[in-house]
Amino acid sequence: MAKSARRRQLEAAALYPVDWVEERSGLVGYTKWFLFRKVPHDISWAQTLGAATLTAFIVQAVTGVVLAFYYKPDPANAYASVQNITEEVTLGWLVRGMHKWGASVFIILMFFHMARTFLFGAYKYPRELNWIIGVLLLVLGMAEGFTGYLLPWDNTAYWATVVGININATGPFVGPFLAQFLQGGLNIGPDTLSKFYALHMLLLPGGIMALIGLHLYLVVRLGVTSPPWSSTAAGRARPETNGRQGLIRDPRASEGGQE
Amino acid sequence: MSEQEPDTPHVPAPSLWPIGFAIGIACVLVGLVVSVPVLVIGVILSLVFAVLWVRDLSGKRPAPAAATPKPAVATEADLGATTDRATFLSLATIGVGGLIGAGVTLPVLGFGVLPSFVGDGIESKEVDLGPISNFPEGAYVIATYLEDPEQGEVTRRTAFVRNNGRTESGEPSFTTLFSRCVHLGCPVQPNGPIDEEARQEVGEVELRPVLAASFGCPCHGGLYDSEGNRTAGPPVRALDRYEFSIKNGNLVLGKLFSVGDVDGNGAKARLTKYYRAYPGVHVDGLEKWLYPIPTPGSTN
Repeated sequence: MAKSARRRQLEAAALYPVDWVEERSGLVGYTKWFLFRKVPHDISWAQTLGAATLTAFIVQAVTGVVLAFYYKPDPANAYASVQNITEEVTLGWLVRGMHKWGASVFIILMFFHMARTFLFGAYKYPRELNWIIGVLLLVLGMAEGFTGYLLPWDNTAYWATVVGININATGPFVGPFLAQFLQGGLNIGPDTLSKFYALHMLLLPGGIMALIGLHLYLVVRLGVTSPPWSSTAAGRARPETNGRQGLIRDPRASEGGQE
Repeated sequence: MSEQEPDTPHVPAPSLWPIGFAIGIACVLVGLVVSVPVLVIGVILSLVFAVLWVRDLSGKRPAPAAATPKPAVATEADLGATTDRATFLSLATIGVGGLIGAGVTLPVLGFGVLPSFVGDGIESKEVDLGPISNFPEGAYVIATYLEDPEQGEVTRRTAFVRNNGRTESGEPSFTTLFSRCVHLGCPVQPNGPIDEEARQEVGEVELRPVLAASFGCPCHGGLYDSEGNRTAGPPVRALDRYEFSIKNGNLVLGKLFSVGDVDGNGAKARLTKYYRAYPGVHVDGLEKWLYPIPTPGSTN
């Protein structure tokens, strides 16, 4: 369909800033490379668990930043500031709730995503490295949970962290040193809270973001795997196209895709 | 796109006038604060140089310099020389960069990790529990105090103290148990009724007599007998204890230490003293080889 001159003019005007950015940065090309990529035809909702996990992390990051506006990480004020967020600050109960329950959602989704990857065999060559990065992300996510649990500074938080730190201490050889580093002494003290806060909102999220970047880069570079029952991946014809399209490795497939 | 050479960068010719323009703007800003004459001079300067700059930009671009003649094919020796130079420069950059990086990173890393290990802020303070007469012979008293009142409730500690009378050699004898479970550090509770009526406060310390011959931990079911020996559950050694001394007739708790097993009871108890270890860490038996190095800070 021929485009009218007016329409072409409008499109050119709209695209001008995009072209401007592209000419100076190449970012538009990279964005297209990242977003508009080919995936196997037989993927399903199962392959969206990674994106769901990413969304959960973004929710944690955003709500965490807002909570940090009002949270005071020192032993005298921490508990009261959390009560203040929950009871007084407008919509504070909602944001704290999102952060608290979102933490569980994040961890649960990580496990679902990991189970999908494992059951679909998506960790195999050439994606081993991405599995390893994913395991590191799981470890950092757990560490986020552990450090975040202390921050409400109530009795549950305190004693759960005492137990958690002392579990670290029982590790052979390095255990006592790990515990000593975590709590900064032989008992939980005032330094423990601010240390956990710094780890929880600076070090660990930074590490998670960097690793998510690597993780996504590898996903885009290596592509998404077909499910294990995929007939195309097994070299047979796509059922609905009867062999006219799709990835065909087995020459017999061109005769109708018999088993 | 009507450009004849679309790949040519759209770079204007070099011009010195922006410098004058910048000086003019600076004069304007200073003049706004300081004096009107400077402001006027600044405005004039800016306008003049702005006009000059715009005229320069809209003028004809100078022809690009004639392409320098391509040098003849480089000889092997030339290539070798440039490679050496390039290699040296890369290595030098990495080396110097590494040194600078280490100079910045190492102190920061040290600050991040070392304070926990050199015993900063864990210097144990003595706690005065008041006259010995507060402690009836043969019964436990729960002593609660703040280890560091400035830091508040987070430093609240509890000791179970029992007066054992005198040893065979006539020395006063006390059993001074630290309340933290040696499984994972939960607060151990005495199994018996607390006599709240006889509660008293000695300085900052709260004393409550209790009728207890054993202790239990609410977290994972660890049980200890009246000497602090483990009788059931997951703990790996007997309860930690305080060193104690008698000063001017007052019972004073000193630093904490860990205990393997306690033989006998009361004033006749015999025990081996170890450096304070983390809960869950074995101090005796075969398993102690899993924890060969005492934690720094546990020794002061």
